[in-house]
Amino acid sequence: MGNKQTVFTHEQLEEYQDCTFFTRKEIMRLFYRYQDLAPQLVPLDYTTCPEVKVPYELISSMPELKDNPFRQRIAQVFSQDGDGHMTLENFLDMFSVMSEMAPRDLKAYYAFKIYDFNNDDYICAWDLEQTVTRLTRGELSAEEVTLVCEKVLDEADSDHDGRLSLEDFQNMILRAPDFLSTFHIRI
Amino acid sequence: MSRQLKSLEEEGDKLARRPSRKQTSTAECPQDKHQAQSSQKEPTKCSSRPGSSRKRQMGHGSHHKGLQEQKTCKVERPSQRLKKDRRTSLKEQRTPPKKEKVVLRKETGKQARKPRSTSLASSVSTGESLSEEELAQILEQVEEKKKLITTMRSKPWPMAEKLRELREAQAFVEKYEGALGKGKGKHLYAYRMLMAKKWIKFKRDFDNFKTQCIPWEMKIKDIESHFGSSVASYFIFLRWMYGVNLVLFGLIFGLVIIPEVLMGMPYGSIPRKTVPRAEEEKAMDFSVLWDFEGYIKYSALFYGYYNNQRTIGWLRYRLPMAYFMVGVSVFGYSLMIVIRSMASNSQGSTGEGESDNFTFSFKMFTSWDYLIGNSETADNKYVSITTSFKESIVDEQESNKEENIHLTRFLRVLANFLILCCLCGSGYLIYFVVKRSQEFSKMQNVSWYERNEVEIVMSLLGMFCPPLFETIAALENYHPRTGLKWQLGRIFALFLGNLYTFLLALMDDVHLKLSNEEKIKNITHWTLFNYYNSSGGNESVPRPPPHPADVPRGSCWETAVGIEFMRLTVSDMLVTYLTILVGDFLRACFVRFMNHCWCWDLEAGFPSYAEFDISGNVLGLIFNQGMIWMGSFYAPGLVGINVLRLLTSMYFQCWAVMSSNVPHERVFKASRSNNFYMGLLLLVLFLSLLPVAYTVMSLPPSFDCGPFSGKNRMYDVLHETIENDFPKFLGKIFAFLANPGLIIPAILLMFLAIYYLNSVSKSLSRANAQLRKKIQALREVEKNHKSIKGRAIITNSEDTVKNSSKNATQLQLTKEEPTSYSPGQIQTLDKKVQGPGSSSTNGRTSQPTNPHLVGSQPPRVTPDSGQPQSQTYSGRSASGKSIKRPHN
Repeated sequence: MGNKQTVFTHEQLEEYQDCTFFTRKEIMRLFYRYQDLAPQLVPLDYTTCPEVKVPYELISSMPELKDNPFRQRIAQVFSQDGDGHMTLENFLDMFSVMSEMAPRDLKAYYAFKIYDFNNDDYICAWDLEQTVTRLTRGELSAEEVTLVCEKVLDEADSDHDGRLSLEDFQNMILRAPDFLSTFHIRI
Repeated sequence: MSRQLKSLEEEGDKLARRPSRKQTSTAECPQDKHQAQSSQKEPTKCSSRPGSSRKRQMGHGSHHKGLQEQKTCKVERPSQRLKKDRRTSLKEQRTPPKKEKVVLRKETGKQARKPRSTSLASSVSTGESLSEEELAQILEQVEEKKKLITTMRSKPWPMAEKLRELREAQAFVEKYEGALGKGKGKHLYAYRMLMAKKWIKFKRDFDNFKTQCIPWEMKIKDIESHFGSSVASYFIFLRWMYGVNLVLFGLIFGLVIIPEVLMGMPYGSIPRKTVPRAEEEKAMDFSVLWDFEGYIKYSALFYGYYNNQRTIGWLRYRLPMAYFMVGVSVFGYSLMIVIRSMASNSQGSTGEGESDNFTFSFKMFTSWDYLIGNSETADNKYVSITTSFKESIVDEQESNKEENIHLTRFLRVLANFLILCCLCGSGYLIYFVVKRSQEFSKMQNVSWYERNEVEIVMSLLGMFCPPLFETIAALENYHPRTGLKWQLGRIFALFLGNLYTFLLALMDDVHLKLSNEEKIKNITHWTLFNYYNSSGGNESVPRPPPHPADVPRGSCWETAVGIEFMRLTVSDMLVTYLTILVGDFLRACFVRFMNHCWCWDLEAGFPSYAEFDISGNVLGLIFNQGMIWMGSFYAPGLVGINVLRLLTSMYFQCWAVMSSNVPHERVFKASRSNNFYMGLLLLVLFLSLLPVAYTVMSLPPSFDCGPFSGKNRMYDVLHETIENDFPKFLGKIFAFLANPGLIIPAILLMFLAIYYLNSVSKSLSRANAQLRKKIQALREVEKNHKSIKGRAIITNSEDTVKNSSKNATQLQLTKEEPTSYSPGQIQTLDKKVQGPGSSSTNGRTSQPTNPHLVGSQPPRVTPDSGQPQSQTYSGRSASGKSIKRPHN
């Protein structure tokens, strides 16, 4: 581990291990991935916690994200100011939540935030439309999209207020057999 | 109380303010309690208040005295002081002077304060109860903090916040951990804490090490990102299988093969370990070895090589017994591991029955596979999601659209009939071929094809039947998912039928050999008898025994069976590799390079690239494993071969997939079929257990080869061991246990237990469903109620919360110096109330139940977290009470 430790202090690594689901090796790998995104921007010494942000354009060009229809939302949700520019800590956070080890509740919480396009703490019909159009690349007609959104609201909205609260969403996602296996990015 | 702790914590930073905060905090603590607890306790608390505050004032004074030196040890001070307080108060009741000395000795450098505070504490009679309580609360808080540290990673907070919390919690724990031990137990406690820390660190390092030890992680991740999780699931399955086989290999290799090789009689010492004279000259030819004849046949890889000596070597290792037990435990271990992984798989998926209610929601929120990192796969995924949406829409719009039900039915019946014909045909073909091969085996000078006919035919059937089935299945017009299930079932039936026909034919062969055995046995005896008698009457010098190669011997059906399985495995492996090489790689090369000079587009048109056939590969793997299970009893080396096969196929298939396959057009998910595969594996395991159990229980072993030779049945080795090596009474107990009068009731009891447990689980799940319904109904009622009520106060609620939290702080502020709450803290307080990154506080205040439903990780912002986060939990709840009060 000798030369690797120079990027972070020992304590930093321990703390990151406490705060994420990663092992030391994975954290180092993630750091190098992060560093690779913008080699001239990110220093190789993080012992002093420099305030560096990698812009969204670079984050979204990662192979893990570049084909994801929700990459912009993911970056926004995990970035500090909601603009998609990420610090290393945001970056670690993102992949920690998306890792295999993260519990269902945590994943559900962030999935809700990702699908909540207008950040109003509810998934409303507009959010659903956005989701469908992204998932299908706009291949569905307007009527079909509305129908799908209506059906989703019909199924999952347990309090009939015309939008999905976090509670509704978790209630629904708790039963989804595939959620854990699909809401998951390996790195 | 908690406030006190809090202030203790912050002491380090705000040395100057400390005394005043102390005062207020101690003053405030009983007040909170007083509201919560019974009024009886109030007086004692209040009386304790002045004492403690005075005590602290004294401490403060001393602090000012020694300010210079104490600045150096800011961090330790509070905890030490706390310890001291506790100690002194404890001390008062017993013998003060003596213990004081101890304390003095221990905490050198702080003597100046000590006498005063102790005297003060002694003046306060109730000091002890307070500190006891303090202690308990600190303990509680430390536990809470520890819990927080361990669950930190699953909190939905941004990293910066997590780090801050973590540091605070760690500092807190570090500070107060030492203060918790009681009297003499303190050192022990500290030591235990140290050990616990070390243990955690060790565990973490071990976990790091363990994850590094998982092989092929990167390879599989690579594949996963290119082909989605379904293809990767095959490789994960393959890796799992490799692990299982490694364990089996270790078992067999370590307990059977190595002891025999090291301690058993060497090669050439007895007939069963020697190549017979007739085969000797060809025994080393490659063509012979390739068929597992010659030297390989008479090696430790096969059953026949093992001797029936009861013990071998200086260890007195009971090899026949070990052989039998390993054979049993191979099945036992496999059953256990398969069932365990099935159970753990099914635990992950909750409430499968309810998935019908959320068709569209699941499609919407879980259909995108976040693992996809390849644009081609992503394109396919988009298309498949779109089609699945369209399908569901169509299904929704006209759920019963059966236009020509008669035609569909007719076609389906026809297809099933055709497939049944195929299955029967393939079964007969195999039977025929195996029979023919028995003819060939009696003949001399058979060609290579004739020798390997069975394997070739079986592999060809396995290669060509599945596509044929797929073509026929197109008639049926099933939904793709149902179609896949049918297809899998049919291929499974084909493989199973082939395997069992093969087994039946093999069994015929075995019976034939068994019937010949008696004859050969006589011949052997007769030969040996003649040999010794014709020694020429020279009785004094006994003739040396004949060379083992010359002794006539039986056919050893066990080894023959082992060889059949060995050949089948190897040929299966070769056919698989050849198919991959030709069907995938060469095809890909052809398509890739000939595309420039061809009259149509090869990539998009007819040959195109191959897709990775998940179901076929998984089934192939499962059946291969079935053959291993069946064959490993008669060919202990088979598992070793299989380990090699899995290892090579891991690398080879990884390479082939990445180099020459394209992602699936119909990307389907893996998780659903995971347990399906495991179920198939379990079925195959059971089916492969049957023939082995049959041969072990009801066929007599060969008389001159193998560890059980000379016995009537193979399991007699158990009786023998029990009789000879165990004490008498144990033998009696075993005999008693084996009594049918006991076994039949035991089986009955087991059936009853299964029935009972089954009914219990059914009723539980029914109760579960009912409860769920009830909860849903309750929630709806609550929601309706709240939405009426909540909207009325929705505008005020935000203010209410703010005001109330301010009230709470003001309560403290009145007894505090104005500086004790920095403006920054109040700011954070307001921020907390507003919630991070979201504009709507009304949502939270109108639905106080909301955060609790996040499960084990309540989000950062709760309605009653109106206090700065740096506080401990009990502090939060205490202040929370004061906030909530206006609501209620």
